[in-house]
Amino acid sequence: MQIINILIQQVFAENIVFHKFLGLCPFVGVSKNKTSSMLMGITITIVTIMASIISYLIYQFALVPSNTEYLSTLSFILVIASLVQVLQILLKSYFKKIYDMFGIYLPLITTNCAVLGVVLMTARGAYPFLEMLIYSTFAPLGFTFAIIIFAIVKERIELSKDIPDNFKGMPISFITAGILALIFAGYVI
Amino acid sequence: MKKIKDLILKENAIFNLALGLCTSLAMSNKVENAIIMGFLVFIILLISNVIISLFRKLIPDNVKIPVYILIIGTIVTISEILVQNYIPVFYKAVGIYLPLIVVNCIILGRALSHASKNTVFSTIKDSFKIGIGYIIAIVMIALVREILGAGTLTLMDSTSALTGFRMVYQVLPKGFNLVFFQSPAGAFIALGLLLAFLKTKKEEVDANN
Repeated sequence: MQIINILIQQVFAENIVFHKFLGLCPFVGVSKNKTSSMLMGITITIVTIMASIISYLIYQFALVPSNTEYLSTLSFILVIASLVQVLQILLKSYFKKIYDMFGIYLPLITTNCAVLGVVLMTARGAYPFLEMLIYSTFAPLGFTFAIIIFAIVKERIELSKDIPDNFKGMPISFITAGILALIFAGYVI
Repeated sequence: MKKIKDLILKENAIFNLALGLCTSLAMSNKVENAIIMGFLVFIILLISNVIISLFRKLIPDNVKIPVYILIIGTIVTISEILVQNYIPVFYKAVGIYLPLIVVNCIILGRALSHASKNTVFSTIKDSFKIGIGYIIAIVMIALVREILGAGTLTLMDSTSALTGFRMVYQVLPKGFNLVFFQSPAGAFIALGLLLAFLKTKKEEVDANN
């Protein structure tokens, strides 16, 4: 039951894009078509889950015992950056096919606020391990869901001829995101 | 005057490139929060880019990005500790978005495109330009959101303990505000409308030249 609660909360009501404004750079930048936004979403989900687990362990077993909690931001960003590097090297040498699909999205993730944001919110000890794992799985899934819907709507908008000149490009994207956010926020009320 | 216009219309990282959006949208529900966030980003941008510019000849090209992230992360951690202990009001206002400055694309972007190639003096100049542009942009979003959403203009409320006086003005008559603009959805739409408005202005300026 609690899992369903967290799922609805993370994917709809408190969606990391529409409620917490995390991961907006790839959300606006990569959402040109369905496939690329789906791949970006999957990459972010995998990296977030792995980074959350490692960061949680580092926080619980290294930072808390030595009283250096203030190093959490720095060590989490290091975890994410090195994880991305390792993944990139591993994929490049062993799974060439997957690398060709995800390769260009991986380096973008190091400076992605969605990953660091979720890791900061979960790994800093507010949750027990299992709950942390569920949370850090559903939060990036919410991102994936949001970016795919956004890409689908955006594909339509690109073709539309009714948009005023001044709204073309970025302005209309943000207004679309706003309307989507309104729909997602409807789950709270 | 012309310089301010250029800063808003042509050289603005938020309005032209959509960089650093997370922090700027999240902290723009009140003008006061926007000023605090803008100020913190500006300081961190300035200090980290000066350090990067100082060490630009020592850092090898192929480990550039990790080293820059470490430098920025260190500065952010230091400011996190300082803000938490000396100005807890700020810490309460910015919350999780303070550590997220590490991944703010504006700072890393400027480090890569400017500070890694130029002298310290020119980096300071560039940081001032970008930082002040950021503050102007985030305050503009906050002005739209707070005036339309709450009908007030908050310049000093939670920080009044530090300065000793409060500055909250009622701009719209009571009951004329749209609470929608205070919500996250309102932030996106306010930014979209603001961008469309600026695009119109920019075309006007270009046509005049």
